[in-house]
Amino acid sequence: MAETFLSIQNVRKAFGATTVVQDFNLDVERGEFVSFLGPSGCGKTTMLRIVAGFEEPSAGMVMVGGKDVTNLKPNQRDIGMVFQAYALFPNLTVAQNIGFGLKVAGVPRAESDARVAEMLSIIKLPEFGSRYPYQLSGGQQQRVALARALAPRPKLLLLDEPLSALDAKVRVSLREEIRGIQKKLGITTIFVTHDQEEALSMSDRIVVMYGGKAEQVGTPFEIYNKPATRFVASFVGTLNILEGTVSDPASGTVRVNGSEIALKRKLDGKAAGDEISLALRPEAISVGDHPGRDASIAGEISDVSFLGSVIRVRVGVGKNAVSLDTFNSPATPPPVVGETANITFAASDLLVLQ
Amino acid sequence: MKTGRFWAWLTFAVGAAYFFIPLIATFEFSLRMRRGEYSFDAYRVVFGDIRFQETFGYSVVVACFTILLGVLLVVPTAYWIRLRMPHIRPVVEFITLLPLIIPAIVIVFGYIRMYGSSSPLPFLATRRGTDLLLIIGYATLALPYMYRAVDTGLRTIDVRTLTEAAQILGAGWTTIIARIILPNVLIAVLSGAFLTFAIVIGEFTMASLLNRPAFGPYLQNIGANRAYEPAALAVIAFAITWGCMAVIQLLSRFAPKSANNPSH
Repeated sequence: MAETFLSIQNVRKAFGATTVVQDFNLDVERGEFVSFLGPSGCGKTTMLRIVAGFEEPSAGMVMVGGKDVTNLKPNQRDIGMVFQAYALFPNLTVAQNIGFGLKVAGVPRAESDARVAEMLSIIKLPEFGSRYPYQLSGGQQQRVALARALAPRPKLLLLDEPLSALDAKVRVSLREEIRGIQKKLGITTIFVTHDQEEALSMSDRIVVMYGGKAEQVGTPFEIYNKPATRFVASFVGTLNILEGTVSDPASGTVRVNGSEIALKRKLDGKAAGDEISLALRPEAISVGDHPGRDASIAGEISDVSFLGSVIRVRVGVGKNAVSLDTFNSPATPPPVVGETANITFAASDLLVLQ
Repeated sequence: MKTGRFWAWLTFAVGAAYFFIPLIATFEFSLRMRRGEYSFDAYRVVFGDIRFQETFGYSVVVACFTILLGVLLVVPTAYWIRLRMPHIRPVVEFITLLPLIIPAIVIVFGYIRMYGSSSPLPFLATRRGTDLLLIIGYATLALPYMYRAVDTGLRTIDVRTLTEAAQILGAGWTTIIARIILPNVLIAVLSGAFLTFAIVIGEFTMASLLNRPAFGPYLQNIGANRAYEPAALAVIAFAITWGCMAVIQLLSRFAPKSANNPSH
């Protein structure tokens, strides 16, 4: 069992009558990269601000390195933070921005200069020390903000949607860079995002938040493949919902649009004839027979969108509509709207939504 | 389109004439001290007058201290209101506007009643105390301009995020205000400072009633007793004001890079 470095215990935060975070518990190991993922207003940024010390929790405790920091001011916590809007000091050069924390801490000039040079080299902007923030692109500014946060060697790094103000291409390259630097330095990191792709690609673990609560905590693989709640299933990745009825709860057989599907697992709390919501990821579905896919439902092609490398197909299955992507192949013409088609999938890939 | 331009130019010409003709007339009059020819005699007399030098010097010193007091008072206040108490901003704006509504004579009579030699705060008992009271009074008179200038400057930067970024890097309030906030609103502070300077240099009521040797009472005294020198002084006063404006422009060009000043 690895050592718990950041421990958030029973944290609740209310603004007046509105509770924005409730019953939040999380243990983060040293060097771990954990993402808070959720829609706007789910409390993820508030939780991050509580860890940073910008908000005081209404109840609960935050511990960093075994020390209770709940009542410490932000400037006493030894935490680095990167903000969505960069927040570089406009009147200071890049080097002065990076060296700000070191200067405040009274680090000798020579040592501070060496650290600034090291950080500039880590973010691959060694020639940019004398420039001002307004002379940099968004991606460069955010790299400088990262270097500034890391320069004083904080115990913990907080990233508050650092990529959301950047364009798509820069976002992808910068997220790889951030993760690379985080791994290299081994710094414990909390990353707030509403972008599931960012969370899935960067994190050791993800906390999916909704309505101020942690809906599920798990690895990206667990979150995506074994969502604990309907919200997690629908928020993370694209999901097709199939409404059906339970035929035999003991053997786990359900009926969807006239087809019997054996889930091969007991459906606890369900009775025969009960309605049931099932979910399928698009990549788990094929049109027509496919090896390893033991269940099929008849449907009708309702829409075909040619997107270049992939073709997005929508298939009407009774009152449900299923969306799936197939790879484009020059030898195979795309499906035609109106033709009947069997969608096939492995019954074990069906998620039962609670 | 052409008609629109004509009226625009006409309006501009009328406005400019309204402003410049009296100024030109004053300037022309100030040159007539020597009978039958133009000369700068009136200016020579004014600049050579020891009282001009003393009162102008006194007012410049008082203006500098007023600016310092105004900056120390207004920058942290406007910053704190933007950061933590935005809901009381209308109240503070109203308070800062009061000096425009309440005549300076009311304020100064209040001072005389409150801070006389028998009061617990006897500012008026000593000359230095009276100077201090005059500086405080001028800071009050300049408040509407200084507060608005600084507040407008603060509006151009993300006060909250910059503060939080500095805090999380270990900075305390003094460091945040001195190293982050003030440099980023420096142009705005300078605008407020030069407006303050212009107000202090020409102010008469407070200096006169507190019996301090300031430039305003000197202007009034010369105006009441001489013919050509007041015109020369009026032109000099204009030149000082315009000089202040020019310095604002110049400093904004050479000021440190900031959110207010990203284009250079």
